[in-house]
Amino acid sequence: MFKSPFLAETGAIAQFTGRFFREGFRPRYEVREFLYQCFVVGYQSLPMVGITGFIMGLVLTLQSRPTMAQFGAESWIPTMVGLTIIREMGPIITALIFAGKIGSSIGAELGSMRVTEQIDAMEVSGTNPFKYLVVTRVLATTLMLPLLTVLADAIGLYASYVGINTRGVTTLALFINNILSGLTFADVLPAFFKTFFFGFAVGIVGCYKGYYANKGTAGVGAAANSAVVVSSLLIFIIDLLAVQITGLLGLN
Amino acid sequence: MKTLTAPAPPPAPTGPAEVVLTLEHIAKSFGDNHVLRDFSLDLHRGENVVVLGKSGSGKSVLVKCIIGLLRPDAGRITVLGQDISTLDHEAMDQLRAKLGFLFQSNALYDSMTVRENLLFPLRRQWLADRRGKEKELVQQALEDVGLGDTAEKMPAELSGGQRKRIALARTLILQPEIILYDEPTTGLDPITAREISGLIREVQQKYQTAAFIISHDMDSVRLVADRVALLADGRCYAQGTYAELAKHEDPRVHDFFI
Repeated sequence: MFKSPFLAETGAIAQFTGRFFREGFRPRYEVREFLYQCFVVGYQSLPMVGITGFIMGLVLTLQSRPTMAQFGAESWIPTMVGLTIIREMGPIITALIFAGKIGSSIGAELGSMRVTEQIDAMEVSGTNPFKYLVVTRVLATTLMLPLLTVLADAIGLYASYVGINTRGVTTLALFINNILSGLTFADVLPAFFKTFFFGFAVGIVGCYKGYYANKGTAGVGAAANSAVVVSSLLIFIIDLLAVQITGLLGLN
Repeated sequence: MKTLTAPAPPPAPTGPAEVVLTLEHIAKSFGDNHVLRDFSLDLHRGENVVVLGKSGSGKSVLVKCIIGLLRPDAGRITVLGQDISTLDHEAMDQLRAKLGFLFQSNALYDSMTVRENLLFPLRRQWLADRRGKEKELVQQALEDVGLGDTAEKMPAELSGGQRKRIALARTLILQPEIILYDEPTTGLDPITAREISGLIREVQQKYQTAAFIISHDMDSVRLVADRVALLADGRCYAQGTYAELAKHEDPRVHDFFI
């Protein structure tokens, strides 16, 4: 019988996701481990997300300035950069950085725990390792990525303000007013909601790859690597779906 | 195969030794590889049984079936009177509190200190009578294995023999009624291996636990075994005391004792 590895993998991830929803909402709840994972996932990605957010805002502003100046539309830079960052660049760049940092570390951590039988040891000591390791991590990534995105957006916009002031003079109040006048909830909310799905994808893929890592050190490396590759790809696919759905809802 | 008539186990201090673990006609295959075909064995309270076998003969598979990490294809496993195939997840977790398992690779949580490693099973099992006594229990378990001063170290800082002892302490801390040892002396030098064997004996005498030991280290088998069962062709090929099997005429049995 023909068996496509791609379809088999997709099915396995779907099953894994199903198991997350079946087991995740039944007691007992691993609250302590969940909070600890929120700390690990959220707090420790802050510097990375902050730096990339800052550079993103600065570069966007500096790059768009000459073109805008040709049309005499420099006063539109805040509006344009604001829309770009909040609708697309902020969520996607933060999610990709997050996939690279958190997805790989989850894949490697669970993978090495699998390889050294620590996951079996948990099961033997009467702990459901799926709940303790997978559910907590997936919930943490799902909730932390939106927060990180909002933060990256804010830092990016501030960097844009800095960028504008390197060539001209604008007050912060005018800058913010300019951005807000161009923004509607239809811009902000869909962009915010899709980051939950990005975070979920990073968590589920990282956990899946690690949880079913093959024996041996090579298996751990492969788990970390493919966690990043697959979750980055998924982020783009979800992004495409999100833009289609918001379009159908008349929000674009 | 009928239920095996074992030679009388060493008498436990509390009356006749009851059977704590029964394996009946266990079979397990991976694809075309029939690892276990028809394995049966009993384990009595306070008794050390060693299952002997060549590498790849299915010893580890057997012990993982008992603890519920693998499901046998056929046969029945009864632990402390409960058929484990009928237990749901929760009941199985409760039963596992009475079952200790020492991994061949130790499987210490390497992101936690020794103390946290020992506290993990303790905190996971909601045992009301042990609340508030965690500190003493950790110290007690560490002293049982002769490593009272390592509580704050990380597993990576310990030697192989020490790690094995800590893994045993983590198993002991729940005071299990049965301990399953998966090749407890593999990969250790002969002296450390002998110390671990001694420790297995001490644990048996101190806590009256039954032990199901997988091994092919004959030196250790001689020291710890009350009874030896030979696993070959996926079945219990022969059993008896160490001395009985050493005199066995069958070459497949005899080969182990040369």
